[in-house]
Amino acid sequence: MAKIVVVTSGKGGVGKTTSTAALGAALAQGGSRVVVVDFDVGLRNLDLVMGAERRVVYDLINVVQGDAKLPQALIRDKRLDNLSLLPASQTRDKDALSEAGVARVLEELREKFDWILCDSPAGIERGATLAMRHADVAVVVTNPEVSSVRDSDRIIGLLDSKTEKAERGERMDKHLLLTRYDPARAERGEMLRVDDVLEILSIPLLGIIPESEEVLRASNVGSPVTLNNPVSAPARAYADAARRLKGEAVEMLIPSDRRGLLGKLFGRRAA
Amino acid sequence: MSLMSLFSRRTSAPVARERLQILLAHERGIVGGQPDLVAVLREEILAVVARHVQVERDSVQIRMDRGDSISTLEIEVEVPTPKAERVGARA
Repeated sequence: MAKIVVVTSGKGGVGKTTSTAALGAALAQGGSRVVVVDFDVGLRNLDLVMGAERRVVYDLINVVQGDAKLPQALIRDKRLDNLSLLPASQTRDKDALSEAGVARVLEELREKFDWILCDSPAGIERGATLAMRHADVAVVVTNPEVSSVRDSDRIIGLLDSKTEKAERGERMDKHLLLTRYDPARAERGEMLRVDDVLEILSIPLLGIIPESEEVLRASNVGSPVTLNNPVSAPARAYADAARRLKGEAVEMLIPSDRRGLLGKLFGRRAA
Repeated sequence: MSLMSLFSRRTSAPVARERLQILLAHERGIVGGQPDLVAVLREEILAVVARHVQVERDSVQIRMDRGDSISTLEIEVEVPTPKAERVGARA
């Protein structure tokens, strides 16, 4: 049974696209058939983070409007052949997406894939509500920072009221993915701690992704962090989160990049 | 006391946590029963006042303090005195 997952946050820049790419690749590494779908019409970036920006011919809107068949628009990943991307349009605007059209495309994707990860645009406008509309599961990406937590709270409210699942009277399955977490700063009382955010948002925790240089390094070269450097701390954290998404019980750890004494001394300088 | 304040000045996360808890309690409608009760009250009070006297929106001072257990809403409306009104009517 295919699962539609919306990766959402309300606030921009917290790591939705990074997380969609990393979780999608991790699920695919586990053998599932995965498609990542970019709903950020007009400001697509998932293609860039996946390293497929030069291979985009057709996009989600072309498929929704019937200008292209779904297989024509799907871009198969060069590293994992069970991972595909359905890009967003860069030129059109989000009004070109109809609710019925999106529902039809998602139904078609359900037949071909085990996991359909929808990368939501920021905000609470049409693009974001369409991305979450048909989801079975929601991953709420949050930074340990006041504006991000507030916006996540707002998005959780929308997930519980504006989705098909909510309207059918069912409970939307929501998971918190805490990104850019710095355990040392949280320990010093300079950053909201994991349990602070959990207590405020009160949804179950999917994973804690530590702040890491590896994330930028991976996006620089157009590779999900879980593929680019699988042993790095964020990659291991995303891999664990992907396993939890599949329902596996995985101990909640905050992976760290082990560095020698010299690495610690010089590595921290810039921060 | 001074030790405590020294400590709390250094750690900002507890402040963030408390601010969020108060704010979200209001936004979720837990306090006051509906999401933006204070904004609704403000509009309705102004509408009632406007029904009886002409109110310049610019001369209305509104102050709000959303707290953990008590919120206050102060609305200061400058009501023109009848004398001033008569003067105005004659002119």
